Amino acid sequence: MTLTTSRRRFLQGVAASTVLLVGMRANGVLAAASETTDINPFVRIDATGRVTAIVKHFEMGQGPTTGLTTLIAEELGVTMDQIDFDFAPSNPQVYNNLLFGTFQGTGGSTAMANSFAQYRNAGAAAREMLIAAAASDWGVDATTLDIVDGMVTGGGKTAPIADFVASAVTQDVPAEPRLRKPDEWRLIGKEGRVKRKDTPAKIDGSGIFAMDLHLENQLVVMIAHAPRMGAIVKSFDDSGAKDMPGFEMAKTLPDNSGVAVFADTTWNAMQARDAITVEWDDTNAEMRSSDTIRAELMSAVETGDATYQTRGVQAETASAMESAAKVIDKTFYFPLLAHAPMEPLTCTIEPIADGGVILHDGAQFPTFGHMTLTQVLGLPMEKVQVKTVLAGGSFGRRANPTADYNLECAMAFALTDRSRPVKLVWSREDDIRGGYYRPAFAHRVRVGLDDAGQIIGWDHRIAGQSIMKGTAMEPMAVHDGVDHSSIEGVADTVYAVPGMSVGLTDHAKATSVLWWRSVGHTHTAFVMESMIDMIASETDTDPMELRLSMLPGETPEQKRMAGVLNKLAELSNWKAGAPDGQSRGLAVHHSFGSYVAEAVDVSGGGDQAVKIEKVFCAVDCGIAVNPDVIRAQMEGGIGYGIGHVMRDQITLTDGEVDQTNFPDYEPLRISDIGTIEVAIVASADAPTGVGEPGTPPSGPALANAIARAGGPRVTMLPMIDEVEFA
Amino acid sequence: MTRELKLNGETISTKAQDGTPLLWVIRDELKMTGTKFGCGVASCGACTVHIDGQPTRSCQTFIEDVEGVEITTIEAMRDDKIGAAVQQAWTELDVVQCGYCQSGQIMSAVGLLAENKKPTADEIDEYMWGNACRCATYQRIRAGVQRAAEILEA
Repeated sequence: MTLTTSRRRFLQGVAASTVLLVGMRANGVLAAASETTDINPFVRIDATGRVTAIVKHFEMGQGPTTGLTTLIAEELGVTMDQIDFDFAPSNPQVYNNLLFGTFQGTGGSTAMANSFAQYRNAGAAAREMLIAAAASDWGVDATTLDIVDGMVTGGGKTAPIADFVASAVTQDVPAEPRLRKPDEWRLIGKEGRVKRKDTPAKIDGSGIFAMDLHLENQLVVMIAHAPRMGAIVKSFDDSGAKDMPGFEMAKTLPDNSGVAVFADTTWNAMQARDAITVEWDDTNAEMRSSDTIRAELMSAVETGDATYQTRGVQAETASAMESAAKVIDKTFYFPLLAHAPMEPLTCTIEPIADGGVILHDGAQFPTFGHMTLTQVLGLPMEKVQVKTVLAGGSFGRRANPTADYNLECAMAFALTDRSRPVKLVWSREDDIRGGYYRPAFAHRVRVGLDDAGQIIGWDHRIAGQSIMKGTAMEPMAVHDGVDHSSIEGVADTVYAVPGMSVGLTDHAKATSVLWWRSVGHTHTAFVMESMIDMIASETDTDPMELRLSMLPGETPEQKRMAGVLNKLAELSNWKAGAPDGQSRGLAVHHSFGSYVAEAVDVSGGGDQAVKIEKVFCAVDCGIAVNPDVIRAQMEGGIGYGIGHVMRDQITLTDGEVDQTNFPDYEPLRISDIGTIEVAIVASADAPTGVGEPGTPPSGPALANAIARAGGPRVTMLPMIDEVEFA
Repeated sequence: MTRELKLNGETISTKAQDGTPLLWVIRDELKMTGTKFGCGVASCGACTVHIDGQPTRSCQTFIEDVEGVEITTIEAMRDDKIGAAVQQAWTELDVVQCGYCQSGQIMSAVGLLAENKKPTADEIDEYMWGNACRCATYQRIRAGVQRAAEILEA
């Protein structure tokens, strides 16, 4: 049988609406089909030649709808205008994060890192199948053909890919398609060639976030949450809501964690919730104040032994430090922090005709949401679908091992007759007061220096509440009792630090905690980089020179870290220093596979209010797939880090959260920060993270700038307790 | 009671009760979802609309106070000269990240450019202070306003 007869027979058998789908089978093998029944595609090409990238990661602004689309377009040979994106459905066998096992989800700055080969392979396979179809049709050797800007081209002929979609479906799927070489790239790493795919829908109001869903006949549910974590509903009185417009009903959630208040619209649900009074049972509630938690953490690092010795031997460090000419001894405190994404948490559960449901969500961890709904609603996996929509930020909050807001929505849906869609809406107050905070941490560091100013011992103690213990993530992240996320960035520091010992003490559960943009690095980078700057001041050494001297290039990591420092020195004209009247602070950190160095220039200090005039940033994240998205993530990561160290904290009084909304959990404002200039180190290494690594160095770079400006050396956050900002 | 509102050049009727924020009439009743809910206390600017051309927080603007005034939302910006210029600038500079605050940012930027054809960086900071962006896209917003001013000048 020739290819031609095969193709003819195929063409007789299918309608003109044929599409080419290329993706993976459950066993991980590249596959192609014309219907979605047996594969889950990464790329779809319809009969008109329109290409769609099926994006397995959600979009919270970090750019995968652009990045993964770029990979498909590059390999396939289409322009960015010829390709759209669609979010993948929930299917952890096929759309799993390759770094997370059989689990579909976005986090740890892994979207590009785990998709780079996979999406290029899918695009390349589609290209080879289209080319094989064209070669067969034209009677030419396939190796003479390529696809350029959506046209199959070669051997003196050219035709749009649409002409070959139907016959490409019948071609063998290449087991190992040829990937374009870097010198062939027209999109990857190229400046100015790629615009964000999600911009158009985000500037004219047409983009649909979960908060924007209005399904026909939907109920809106808001939850009266307990003021203290761990409290449960004793009783409630909804008589005040009975006559309110749109009020439907109020019921206690099955786990007694709150009262679900149902109404026809969001505003009516808000009003009705305010009219309901709840009596809470605080028997098992957290009653401590954050001052107590803080004192406990401080005590844990200042007295007694650490529970876990995670690096070195403390006694050896102590012994080495006995001969120190000088010891720098500093204690640090990091408060609880809320994520406060711009879009408050929300999702909708829609019943469908087959007895199943669709979860509409800006779904960061669709697998957990999916599993949670099956459990709460008693449905098999195949009766639950997850439809991912745009997410209005996350910073870690939408990725929760407890799937908390999906769970709430499922419990509320289960309280109804399941005939109407139920939309759960959180207010900003629910968000700020709703737990799952960046845990509070304390550090104490004693660094011993000899007569020549060389480090001879570094005794580092850390105490805080583990993010991972007691969650489904524990087996992956906790080893020999140590939650690596509590010590990352210290115990595994890239610097060559002689005589280092690191001890960790877990703090008893105080509130619900969660990863927050850059996880443990939020506090460890601050401590490491503040200490190094203090050593530089103490020894009268240039802070750039000191850092480079601690990166002798013995490991690839040290070379790359030194690389971003050198790039930053060039970008910021380090030798010339900050402009007149300004002071410059430096920090560098390695996280999520990437290396970022930052310099912050401030005016003021001393007696005058501090103003952040300018930030320089150098990043090495391997191959820079979309340079402008990387720059944007550095800009955003810096702003997010700086805004919180400046003035944000969550505090508790007798277990109740003191803050309520943005007026007392003040976001970074446009006037707080000047221009951020970003340089990307050229690299041929595999792509690594960009969503989080910009955050860790930003806080310590600001702290170092303030200290160098004659301001205080801030080690207890937020800074606003000690520093006045302009 | 039924009220009539003038929204994006059309007359709209609503049965919303006194005390209902304009935001929720626009979003829940009219199903125009470009105007966002961020805080409910006029502290983030995500809900910014124009009332007679003035950027206004719709979450703290009540329905009984907006009869007879011209209400304009993000959905009408493509047909507004300044709005279209701001959208073009936002596209050129890829200002957005998560995008949830950007309707409000654009409505404020249009308000600024309507009264100040060539704002300085400090003037932009002062005017746009109330529009929070948790993704911290601020320097692109600043650059976007100045780019829109250039587009309008050309």
